[in-house]
Amino acid sequence: MSSNKNILVKLKDAGFQINDKWLVKGVSLQVEKSKIVTLIGPNGSGKSTTAKIALGIYKKIEGSVEKNTDKIGYVPQKISIDWTLPLRVYDFMVLTENLNEETIDEALSLTGVNHLKNKNLGDLSGGEFQRVLLARAISKKPELLVLDEPVQGVDFTGEIALYELIKKISDELNCGILLISHDLHTVMSATDYVVCLNGHVCCSGSPMDVAKNNEYKALFGEQASQILSRYEHRHDHIHTSEGEIKKN
Amino acid sequence: MLDDFFIRALIAGLGVAIVTGPLGCFVIWRRLSYFGDTLSHSALLGVTLAYSMEFNIALSVFIISALIALTLIHLQKRTNLPGDALLGLLAHSSLAVGLVVIGFLSFIRFDIMGLLFGDILAVTVKDILIIWVGGALILLVLRLIWKPLFASTVNYELAEAEGLNPDRAKVIFTILMAGIIAISIKMVGLLLITGMLIIPAAMARNISSSPQKMVMYSIFGGLLSVILGLFSSLEFNTASGPSIIAASLFLFILSLLNIKQSIKLKN
Repeated sequence: MSSNKNILVKLKDAGFQINDKWLVKGVSLQVEKSKIVTLIGPNGSGKSTTAKIALGIYKKIEGSVEKNTDKIGYVPQKISIDWTLPLRVYDFMVLTENLNEETIDEALSLTGVNHLKNKNLGDLSGGEFQRVLLARAISKKPELLVLDEPVQGVDFTGEIALYELIKKISDELNCGILLISHDLHTVMSATDYVVCLNGHVCCSGSPMDVAKNNEYKALFGEQASQILSRYEHRHDHIHTSEGEIKKN
Repeated sequence: MLDDFFIRALIAGLGVAIVTGPLGCFVIWRRLSYFGDTLSHSALLGVTLAYSMEFNIALSVFIISALIALTLIHLQKRTNLPGDALLGLLAHSSLAVGLVVIGFLSFIRFDIMGLLFGDILAVTVKDILIIWVGGALILLVLRLIWKPLFASTVNYELAEAEGLNPDRAKVIFTILMAGIIAISIKMVGLLLITGMLIIPAAMARNISSSPQKMVMYSIFGGLLSVILGLFSSLEFNTASGPSIIAASLFLFILSLLNIKQSIKLKN
């Protein structure tokens, strides 16, 4: 446990219900500076709900949320932009914060979509839009990044490159990341702490600890457990943007 | 030669158009056209109360519309009725109560047509003052809440997550809507205010590629509609409100040509 001032957001026994149905209950976790916390779990296990509790989008919750930062970047899982809005990528980038041209170009270049800056948001493909979403979240240099399946719809090589980028951002900006992902392979190589959800916290700990956990095995199967443990020796290689794995 | 009353109406109308331009964009973006209708229907109650208590009309309409709007926000959270049912409920019940109150006020002669469709003859210097001062205030507040309001219009959860407080912006915007209805009721009339809000903005949507451009074109469209509408109102002796709205419809139809062209270019 590090000292208190490193904690960006802390959930204590948090839960949320709609129409008397608990979406998630009894979640305790904390995200610290320069740490990546990953939420995993099956569909409907409350991953996005947990993220929304942490972000303060859901207000009538059980338990408590303690948020120590206002500089937050969020990539939601689902986002629908209305065609009634004439919105270019540029307008979307400055949606919640005034940024200068340079910062915008830099962020868009990092996710490989700077050429789309003046395009209408509605004309982008799913993968392109996802890259714009990620660029927008990192452009404001947040202290806390909440990424809800940030690479969905992105091509395979792009996916690996974006996860590399997320890791790099966490190191460079010293920001904490709350990550939700289905892709155990790619995510685990960079995660510091895993929380396995299934309506409640099934188990949590380092990727290695979680992999050994019986509840995790029951939820994801023996194979998934092997995936996690394979990444225990995660510092002996790097992924290039071409999708190759290089030994250090 | 232009008459004094016409100059007054022109100044008042242009003032209204500058404010309805940006507000109308938000009405379209946030899908609030029926909300605008509800507020303007409730304005009748505001007008009758103003007459019966010898109170300023704009202020009375503003207070009643704002109350109805806040009631709506409250009811949306507290009931299981869908939004459109709540809108209809508030619109027609406040209209009905307004009409009932008119019935009691038999000692006052009402110009119902003027109330419904606007009356340029009735615009006084004081009205102009209310429109321009009130309008400037509305625009100033809109400028201040632009960021959270626009961000939450694009995506509520993004705005909320990144600390912009969209709920507060929504309440303030709702009060601004009550404000524009209060200041424009004499010019456009309570049946047509929503048209003044959405038609220039809809026209602007057809020809703009960014939100800022849409706001600018919406203002220009509104100004042009007021000028065209008022001159034809003078020429053909028609009511000011319908003439302005008809002019804005004309501009909207012109803007459709632009859409056709851009679709052709795409293919």
